[in-house]
Amino acid sequence: MQAWRIDVVARPDQPDPIGDAALRSLRSAGLDGVTRVRSRRGYLLGGELAAAQVQTFAGAVLCDPVVEAFAVHAPGDTPPPPAAGSHAVVVVPRPGVTDPVAHSVQKALGDLQLPLVATGTYRVFDVAGTVAPARLLQAARKALANDVVQEVQLDALPTGLPGDPPPPDLAVREVDLAALDAAGLERLSRDGGLALDGTEMAAIQAHFRALGRAPTRLELETLAQTWSEHCKHKTLTGNVRCDGRTIQNLLKSTIAHVTRTLDRDFCVSVFTDNAGVIRFDDEDSVCIKVETHNRPSAIEPFGGAGTGVGGVIRDVLGTGLGARPIASTDVFCLAPPDLPADRVPPGCLHPLTVLKGVVAGVRDYGNPMGIPTVNGSVHFDELFVGNPLVYVGNVGMLPTARARKQPRAGDAIVALGGRTGRDGIHGATFSSLELHTESETLSSGAVQIGDPITERKVMDAVLRCADEDLFSAITDCGAGGFSSAIGEMAEGLGAEVELRHAPLKYRGLAPWEIWISEAQERMVLAVPPDRLPRLLQVCAEEACEATVLGAFTATGRLVVHYAGTRHADLDLRFLHDGLPVQTREAKWTPPRHAEPQLEPEADLAGALLAVLADPGVCSKEWIVRQYDHEVQAGSAGKPLCGVANDGPADAAVLAPKLGSWRGIVLANGLNPRYSRIDPAAMAECALDEAMRNLVAAGGDPDYTAILDNYCWGSTKDPQALGELVRATDALCALALTYRTPFVSGKDSLHNEFRVAGSPGAPDRVIRIPGCILVTAMSVIPDVRRTLTSDCKRAGSRLVLVGVTKDELGGSVYWKTKGALGARAPRVDHALGRDVLHGVHRAIAAGCVLAAHDLSEGGLGVAAAEMALGGRLGARIDLAAVPREGGVDRPEQILFSESASRILLEVAADRLADLQANLHQVPFAVVGEVTPAPELVFHRDGRLLAQVGLDAVERAWKRPLDLDGTLAPEAGR
Amino acid sequence: MSAPKVLVLRAPGINCERETLHAFARAGGAPEFVHIRQLLAAPERLDRYAILAVPGGFSYGDDIGSGRVLAQEMKAALGPRLLGFVGRGGLVLGICNGFQVLVRLGLLPCTRGRLEEEVSLTHNLSGHYECRWVTLRTTKSRCTFLPAGLTLRWPAAHGEGRLVARDATLQRLLVDEGYATAVYVDEQGRPTEHYPQNPNGAPLGIAGLTDHSGRVLGVMPHPDRSYLPTHMPDWRRTALDRGELPADGDGMVVFRTMVATARAES
Repeated sequence: MQAWRIDVVARPDQPDPIGDAALRSLRSAGLDGVTRVRSRRGYLLGGELAAAQVQTFAGAVLCDPVVEAFAVHAPGDTPPPPAAGSHAVVVVPRPGVTDPVAHSVQKALGDLQLPLVATGTYRVFDVAGTVAPARLLQAARKALANDVVQEVQLDALPTGLPGDPPPPDLAVREVDLAALDAAGLERLSRDGGLALDGTEMAAIQAHFRALGRAPTRLELETLAQTWSEHCKHKTLTGNVRCDGRTIQNLLKSTIAHVTRTLDRDFCVSVFTDNAGVIRFDDEDSVCIKVETHNRPSAIEPFGGAGTGVGGVIRDVLGTGLGARPIASTDVFCLAPPDLPADRVPPGCLHPLTVLKGVVAGVRDYGNPMGIPTVNGSVHFDELFVGNPLVYVGNVGMLPTARARKQPRAGDAIVALGGRTGRDGIHGATFSSLELHTESETLSSGAVQIGDPITERKVMDAVLRCADEDLFSAITDCGAGGFSSAIGEMAEGLGAEVELRHAPLKYRGLAPWEIWISEAQERMVLAVPPDRLPRLLQVCAEEACEATVLGAFTATGRLVVHYAGTRHADLDLRFLHDGLPVQTREAKWTPPRHAEPQLEPEADLAGALLAVLADPGVCSKEWIVRQYDHEVQAGSAGKPLCGVANDGPADAAVLAPKLGSWRGIVLANGLNPRYSRIDPAAMAECALDEAMRNLVAAGGDPDYTAILDNYCWGSTKDPQALGELVRATDALCALALTYRTPFVSGKDSLHNEFRVAGSPGAPDRVIRIPGCILVTAMSVIPDVRRTLTSDCKRAGSRLVLVGVTKDELGGSVYWKTKGALGARAPRVDHALGRDVLHGVHRAIAAGCVLAAHDLSEGGLGVAAAEMALGGRLGARIDLAAVPREGGVDRPEQILFSESASRILLEVAADRLADLQANLHQVPFAVVGEVTPAPELVFHRDGRLLAQVGLDAVERAWKRPLDLDGTLAPEAGR
Repeated sequence: MSAPKVLVLRAPGINCERETLHAFARAGGAPEFVHIRQLLAAPERLDRYAILAVPGGFSYGDDIGSGRVLAQEMKAALGPRLLGFVGRGGLVLGICNGFQVLVRLGLLPCTRGRLEEEVSLTHNLSGHYECRWVTLRTTKSRCTFLPAGLTLRWPAAHGEGRLVARDATLQRLLVDEGYATAVYVDEQGRPTEHYPQNPNGAPLGIAGLTDHSGRVLGVMPHPDRSYLPTHMPDWRRTALDRGELPADGDGMVVFRTMVATARAES
C-alpha cells in the first residue's frame, strides 16, 4: 500500500544527540572511517490523506518547529539517492512487531480530526565517511538495531505500508495422536515447539483415547502452555531422588516448609497469588514479586528486559484485587563487558551489547510507567555469555481487605489493555528449552516489544476499578496468554470464551494464535454482571480498551469458541491436575578445587585498586542514572548516597504513603561465583548478604520477608539437580534460623547454551553457575531511623562487626589473580543472626552514623566505598580486625569475603552504647575516619598501604563510565 | 480565607500526579485530580480553580516528541481559555513533562502574549534519559511568586530537557528580560552549560521559564520530588549538622509560594 513519507531532521545548526550516539556506536563497532552521522525520524501515513492534510499534520505534530525541519514525499515518489560518500542506514520495525510510535501518530491524527489512516515509522542514519557498504550494513544490524525485531536496509527507504495479511485458518484442526508411538509423540512435541516430554505426551494421548476423540490444535496448545516448566514449575514441584532419600515436591518440602514452620504473623498471602503479600500497617499491605526474563533478553535485550519489567508490574497489579506498583528492582548476570569478540560464540550477542540493551529496556519501560527503579546489582561471569540473566522485581501496595480474590460463576471474562497480535507466541514453552546457535533466528516470534503507555493506562484503569470494587478477580496475561490467564482463573469453576471478540492488532490470526499469544499489556478480570457497565465506563474514561470475552461457568470445563464454532472443550481437572509428576535423579559430587599458592601480596594498594576496578565491584552509576529512582516521591534512601551522590547504597528505603514516615527497606543478595565452588555457600551468602544490606540501611531483621529466585542449568543432569538440592537445603536452614519467611519465588531452569560443533569437534554446552537471587523486604516504623553507607564525620571510629575467616575462595581478589580457590564463605547461622539483630539494635538506638555491609572485595572495598561516599579518609589497623586463627596475611584480612560482617561508623562517645546493643557479638574498633582524603591500612602502626581517594574514585568508576563523567586525568 | 483550589491534570502517561497533589495539599492548597477527558468535555471547569498544575510523566507515551500530543490536544480545545485563565489571575505550574507541554502549547515563554512555539525542550546532549540531583539558582525574573536568589537542589529526570530558543537572540532575551526563572549552577554557583551539573546541555543553563505575566512557571527538575525533608539526597548529614531534620525539602518553596500568592489574591 503506497504511503506518504515524512522525514524529520534536526536543523543543520542544531546538535543531533541521537546521531552522535550512533556515531559512537559505529566507531566502537570498529568502523573507524565513519566521520559523521545525522539521524532522521521517518513516518509513513496512508495514501488516502490529502497533501494539505499531511503538510499541516507534519508541521503541527511530527516536527518540532523550533529545532527540526521536515520534508514530505508523496506516495509513489522515488526517494532521492544518498549524497556521494554517504549511506543511509534505514531501520524499519519488522511486520507484526509492536510499534508504539505509530500508535501515537494515529492518536494525534484523531485529535486533529483527520482520517485514521494506517501509520508506520522508521529511522534513518545518514552515515558519512569511508566505509564499505557491506561492513556498514553488518555493523548497523548489531550497533544501531536488532535484527530480530527490525529490518536494516542500506540506501532503500520504505515507500509503503504493509498490506493486509492473508486470511487466517479458522478451521478446527484435530491432531491425531492415537496412532503415534513414543518416538512419534516426542517428535510432535519437538516439531511443534510444545516442550512436553514423552511421559507428558503419553498422558495427553491416553486422556483423549479414553474420550474417543483427537485433541484439537488449540487444546494441545493449551495443555502445552499450562504444563510448561514456566507455568507449572514441574521440576521444583516434582519428586527428587537424592543420595538415597526421595523428596516429595521439592518446593513444598523445603521453601514452603520454612514459611509454614515460621508462621510469621505479618504474612498475609504467600505462594497463592501473583506476588507475596505482607502487612504494612493497620490498613495496607505490601506485596512483592521477582521474575526472570532470561530467554527473550538473550535474543533481544531491549525488548526482553522491557517486557520483563512490564510483566512483573502486571503481576503486582494483578495481586489480590489490584495493587499499586511502587518500586522496581533489577539484577543482571552477564559475561564481562570487555570480553574479547572471539570468545563470544556464534548466535550470542556481545555482553556489552546485552548490557546496554537491558539497561535501555528497563529504562524505557520503567520510567514511562512512573515506577521508580530503586535497587539492583550486576554480576559478571563468562559462563553467562549464552544465557544472560535478567531478574526484574516489583513491589506494590494494596489495602489488606482486598488481598484476596475469587472469581464466581456468572462473572464476565473481561480482557483489558493491549490488543492481541502474533507477538510472543510460544514464549512459555520457548523459555523451557535450551538455547542454541540457531535460537536467534528460530525463536524470534517469542520476542516482544513493550508499549508502556498502554500498560500505564491499564494500571490507571485497574486501580480506579479496584477502588470502586468493580471486579471479583484479576490476573495478568503473561506466559501462555489468555490460555493460562483464563485457564487458571477458571480452576474449580469453568469458562466459556468467544475469541472473535478479542481485539486484534491486525487481521490474520488463527484462533489458537489468539488464544496463546503473549502480546503484552493485557489483564483479565472477572466482573460481576451488575458491575460490568460501570467498569466499562471507567475503562473508557481512562482510554483503556476493555472487552468481554465470555463468562465463568460452573461446568468444570474450559470451552473456547471462534465465531460460534467450538475449538476446545477441556476438562479443567485434567488441565490442572493431569500432569504426570516427575521424579528426577540428583547427586552432588563436590568439585575439586585447590587453594592457589600465591606469594604474599607485594602491592596491597595496587591490589585494592584492581579489586575496585572489577566490573562486579565497580560503580554502577551509569546504569542507576538512566533509571528514574525518584518518581512517586517515596524515596528516602537512594541507590547512590554521600556528599557527591556517588557512594553505593546497600538497600533502598521508601516511605510509600505520602505524609507517613512508615517505610520499606528493600535489598538483594546474589553471588554466582561461589556456586562454582559450593552451591551451599552461594545460597547461604545470598540470604546473608541480602539481610546485611537490609540491616545496614536500617531494615528490621525481625520484620522481613524474603523471595527466592532460581536460575539453573539443565536439571536433567543429576549433578546440576544435586547442586540445586544442596543449595536449597542450605538456604532453608539459614532462613529458619533468621526467621525470614519466603513469600514468593520463581525458577528459570535449562539455562544452557549449545554451541554447534564442526566436523570432528563435538557440540559444546555452556552452563550457567546455579544462582539463587534472594530479595529481602522489611517494614519499618520510621524512615528517619535509616542510614546510608557514606562516612559522615572525621574523628569518628570505624567498627567492624563479625569475624573474618580464611575464606578467599570465589573472592574478587583471587579473580583478579586469575584464581578461584576452594574455601568459599559459609555462614555461621547463630553468629549471622546475632550480627543482624545486634547491628539493628544499635542503629535503632541511634548510635551509628554509617553502616556498610562487607561483600565482594571484603573490608578493603567496604572501607573505600564508605570513605569515598563521604569524601573523607579512613585509617585502619588490620591487627585489630576480629578474625579466626590462620588469618594473618594482610590480603586475607583485607579481601576475605566472610559473611556476617558489617562495617560501622560510630562517634567516639557512643562506643559504650554500641557495645551495650551488640551484646555478645564479636566486634572491634579497627580504625577511624580522617579528614585527609586517603585510605591508610597499617598493622600496629606499620604502614601497609596508602591510597588517595582520587585513585580510589578513578579505579572504581572507570570501568562502567560509559558517559565520560570522570574528569580527564591530570596531565593528559 | 479558604484554601485555593488546584487542578492537578491527569492524562494518559502523566505519572507524577499523586506527589504533585500531595505537595499542594501540604502547602495548604485544595488540590483535585481532573482527567484531560473531563476537562475537554467541560472546558469551563478550569475557571473554578486558582491554580492549574500539569505534572510530569510521559503523556501519551511521548513517542513523537515529549508533550507534543497532549499539547496539541489542549491547544485545540482549550487554547484561548488558558490565556484567559492566566489573564484573570490564574497560576500555572508545569513540571518536567508538564513544562514540555506548556512549551509546545506556547503558554511558555509566551513573550508576545500569543500561543506559539518559541522554544523547545529537546534531547539531552548525552542522548539519553538521566535521573540526577542538580543545583539550581533562582534568578531575578518576571515570576510573581518564585523568590530570586535561592539555591535549590532538585532532582532532574528527563531525556529531553535541553531548553533551546528559536534563535540565539531569544535565548539571550529569556535571561535578560526575566523569562528564565532558574538556572543550573556549578560548585561555585555560576550558571553552567557543562555536564553533569547541567544535565542536558541547555544554553545559558536555563532550567525553568515564566511567561510575560509572571504567572506561569515551568521547570525541568522536580520540586514535586524534593518537597519533603527526607526527599533530599543527603538529609542524614544535614540533620547531623543542624541537630535536627529541616521541616521541608528544597522543592516545597514552589508549592508554598504558589498557594500563598493564590490565597493573597483571592
